[in-house]
Amino acid sequence: MPSSHAASASRAADPAPLLSLRNLEVVYSDVILVLRGVSLDVGRDRIVALLGANGAGKTSVLRAITGLLPLHRGRITKGQVTLDGTSIADADAPSIVRRGLAQVMEGRRIFTDLTVEENLRAGGFACRNRAALATGLERAYALFPQLTDRRKQLAGYLSGGEQQMVAIARALMSSPRLLLLDEPSLGLAPKIVAQIRDLIVRINAEGTAVLLVEQNAAMALSIAHTGYVLEHGKVVRDGPAAELAADKDVQEFYLGGGTGNGRRNYRDVKTYRRRKRWSA
Amino acid sequence: MSDFVRFLIAGISLGSVYSLVCLGFVVIYRATGVVNFAQGGLVVLGAFMTHQLAVVNGIPFAVAVPLAMLIMAGVGLLLERVVFRPMVGQPVFAMILLTLGVVFVLEQVCAFFWGYDVVLVGDPWGVATVDLLGTMVNVSDLWTIGATGAALAAFFALFRFTTLGIAMRAGAADPEAALAHGISPQAIHGLSWAIAGAVATVAGVFLAAGPKGVDLGLGLVAFRAFPAMILGGLDSAEGAVAGGLLIGLVEVLTAAYLVPAMPSLGANFHVVMPYVVMIGILVVRPHGLFGTIEVRRA
Repeated sequence: MPSSHAASASRAADPAPLLSLRNLEVVYSDVILVLRGVSLDVGRDRIVALLGANGAGKTSVLRAITGLLPLHRGRITKGQVTLDGTSIADADAPSIVRRGLAQVMEGRRIFTDLTVEENLRAGGFACRNRAALATGLERAYALFPQLTDRRKQLAGYLSGGEQQMVAIARALMSSPRLLLLDEPSLGLAPKIVAQIRDLIVRINAEGTAVLLVEQNAAMALSIAHTGYVLEHGKVVRDGPAAELAADKDVQEFYLGGGTGNGRRNYRDVKTYRRRKRWSA
Repeated sequence: MSDFVRFLIAGISLGSVYSLVCLGFVVIYRATGVVNFAQGGLVVLGAFMTHQLAVVNGIPFAVAVPLAMLIMAGVGLLLERVVFRPMVGQPVFAMILLTLGVVFVLEQVCAFFWGYDVVLVGDPWGVATVDLLGTMVNVSDLWTIGATGAALAAFFALFRFTTLGIAMRAGAADPEAALAHGISPQAIHGLSWAIAGAVATVAGVFLAAGPKGVDLGLGLVAFRAFPAMILGGLDSAEGAVAGGLLIGLVEVLTAAYLVPAMPSLGANFHVVMPYVVMIGILVVRPHGLFGTIEVRRA
């Protein structure tokens, strides 16, 4: 794989990535092997896309980073997770948040019976003092002006797009150095997806590195600097986003483009998909 | 009419104590999903603790009660740490049985230190009464209503306005999402038990205030407050207050009016009445007045 070589070269060029996974192996319930040696880097001020179909292990990668594996009876059996050079593989979730890592979980997971502002304050639980909390709120409303009018409303009554904004704003409350986003485009209208995409770019421009997990590969690759493709718990492709977007396999399986030469047997694709499901 | 006011005050007074007991239930239920039958044990221990401080050690009552609340919050924390944290991940049913075990342990602890006799908690009101709207009302009843009202207000303020309270509600709503934002479930559980210990103390003190005193039987109040909790809804703090007050009123008014009118029901029917209400509620509205309707696919 030539693209892989190119990525290795670029990886060597980045002396100290903010987040680095090395050969990560994750097992659930002591028997189900989900990640089989995943290595990836997120450089400072970068947007990194992690692509893959259902069950490829994307969410497990995020759980391994944020310390949420034990909640799902999973654990890291091999490999390293380092944030800024220190290992966080054995750290618990709250201490990882305090070290500057925040997560927007799949399906938004906002606290529906809390108000918008209470959601944000819950996100700022790791803030050390009132001043940090106040600045966090101010910044959140500056970034998401339409939440300002809704601050006293129950978050459960907001539209899907607004809920995703609450989820992102909530994660930003702890002033993270690295933001992990799990499927932020899931279930949202194309127009809202475009909005979310612009927001991610803006958040990144303001100095937060982003690891973006997406099934919407077109959206993710359009803003990412580098990307990784995960299949069966392994990284099968990685490299600069533009290179991935031009890759034939990626185009076929993740960007929905055909190769164009002759008839395709639809069953090939089906088997391919089915195989991936089973591996989950 | 004057009788009615007297019964009304007595009912609200009893009801507000039930509210506090229920609040202890609700706090732990929301945070951990466990119906905590040990709440009654905490009520007794809290009352005995106040007796120890105010009567035995001679600390002024107004200082002894907050001090006892603090100690009982510590006892709550200790219970969570030692008994319940190792059980995290086990079936909720096992934890509920464990709370029943804790009741007996707490009871024996009380018996060991304070024996089986009725003792006073050292409140300054005794049997004093005061003229209110032309009727004689127990001073201790008025204090009960005032103090439990203040405790409830403090609790709701904590829950609604402080970051800690918001974190508790967030942790109850979605423990994983809360954890992802640095809210540790252990901290939430510990805090819930501490609060349960503190409110149980207030409930215990006012159950024993006046001429009544405290003995081991006081713990049964938790079972009498149970209908109030079902009525209000297991997972609703507002429901705990409403349910507590309603059941308190029902109990007192039954004793005052229904039992004399229908002697065939038996002299102690007022003790049964809350359960009659509970059964009625379970049939008509199983999630209670304020509780969340549980939606589950068949």
